Amino acid sequence: MRLVVLAAEALDARRLIPITGAHVDSCLYHGEASIDFVDRLLDGGARVAVPTTLNVGALDLLHPELWRGDRSAAERGRVLMERYRQLGCTPTYTCAPYQLAFARPGIGEQVAWAESNAIVFCNSVLGARTERYGDFSDIACAITGRVPDAGLHRDEGRRAVLVLRLADDVPRGLRESDALYPVLGLVLGSRASSRVAVLDGLPGGVSEDRLKALGAAAASSGAVAMFHVVGSTPEAPTLASALQDRDAEEEGTVTMADLRAARDQLTTAGEGAVPGRPIGCVSLGTPHASLAEMEAIEAELAGSQPAPGVELLISTSRHLLAEAEESGLARRLRDSGVELLVDTCSYIAPVLRPSPLPAMTDSAKWAFYAPGNIGVEVVFGSRRECVRSAIAGTVWRDPAVWGEA
Amino acid sequence: MKGRVLAAGRAEGRALVLDEPLSLWGGMDPHSGKVIDARHPQQGAQLSGRVLVMRAVRGSSSSSSILAEAVRAHSAPAAILMAEPDLILAVGAAVAAELYGVGVPVVVLSPDDLALIADGAALRVEPDGTVT
Repeated sequence: MRLVVLAAEALDARRLIPITGAHVDSCLYHGEASIDFVDRLLDGGARVAVPTTLNVGALDLLHPELWRGDRSAAERGRVLMERYRQLGCTPTYTCAPYQLAFARPGIGEQVAWAESNAIVFCNSVLGARTERYGDFSDIACAITGRVPDAGLHRDEGRRAVLVLRLADDVPRGLRESDALYPVLGLVLGSRASSRVAVLDGLPGGVSEDRLKALGAAAASSGAVAMFHVVGSTPEAPTLASALQDRDAEEEGTVTMADLRAARDQLTTAGEGAVPGRPIGCVSLGTPHASLAEMEAIEAELAGSQPAPGVELLISTSRHLLAEAEESGLARRLRDSGVELLVDTCSYIAPVLRPSPLPAMTDSAKWAFYAPGNIGVEVVFGSRRECVRSAIAGTVWRDPAVWGEA
Repeated sequence: MKGRVLAAGRAEGRALVLDEPLSLWGGMDPHSGKVIDARHPQQGAQLSGRVLVMRAVRGSSSSSSILAEAVRAHSAPAAILMAEPDLILAVGAAVAAELYGVGVPVVVLSPDDLALIADGAALRVEPDGTVT
């Protein structure tokens, strides 16, 4: 409760309000401080007061053989994941709880979610309400069942203050590609910082998977906890509703030059990103892949396999993997040479085969954090570019998406 | 100058003014205390014992844990000064103080005050949020 009150003071809240659920990120091992904290909670007899899902942990508990690192680190990671179950949390171990029917709060529901991509998805796409909770404050809210009545929990905190539009020079090929969303998200995050922005002028009905990629990128380059997309997100049927009938503080456009610069910022491999240069692996599914994304990867493979020596890995949740096992999708992907990872992510756990060659990804978030976390050079590309590059064993670029430059 | 205290404590150290926002998770190794974000202009900079000056925050909700782990490993910044309140770092500092008895003061200053702080300046942070 002291942590919740401290959060209330930090957010300038006058009172606490009840929540209907929580999503907790504290179960990822960062060192002994992670375990010292949860042990303090368990020693005090704590239990969660509301249904609580868990974010990714340090390792894949269902496929421990994939771990390539130090055994003792894996053991401490496993202990922490288990300790949060003992507090009464549901062992979902996913960064995309919103893909699980039982964990999706409805419009206007008050919750306490951690994990930057889940926070932004919860507010923006589900229309449920959470502040930007983090490790320790997430479980503190889950145990007390209370959050500060402030920020994004309140109507006025959800008003867009920044309007962004795509400039006319952004070509149709890119507007229709999956690759637009992580790159646009990166620009959104750096322009908005922690402000609520609204994107105007995109076609209506942008898919959840594309909004997921947009939000994860925006929450990596900025502290974005909510955005609106006119015609796609529930609190923005019109631009005026996203602005709550007030004037924007700032309006801006995103040009093709901005998007190219963001794309280039996501690639660290330099010369290694030139088409035709060899790659070591392709990592997809950050945030965790949905069934639709796994099906799209299967369709893109079209019966081909990754080139010899090239690893093609998809991260997803154990719940969606179970569904994919049921439908035969998981078996077909494995038969095509795809590795499936659950409960964790390939930029957290040491699971990728060591290789001096660059890794390719369609995720802005993976591209952002993998170089620092696991020491790989990254080539960013669309899903199609990633899968075709895996098949070729070398970087392949799609001329339909980026044009000449 | 005086700011709003998110986590109280007393600290002294030289200022390290970040040129770009830094997510501690994925951006700082809690054991070496160094910046590991490959895209950050100050990659490799040592944060331990410095008064970190952050004009804006970004990134992961795991940064609370990284701050607490850095305190446990004796490699944390001496204090954090920000221009906007950040719950994630405030909570990380509070948990570290509770578990290990070491306070990392987290203070919000006005953007104008924060801009006056030069990189390398010797600073003292008081529990009431006074920075000199």
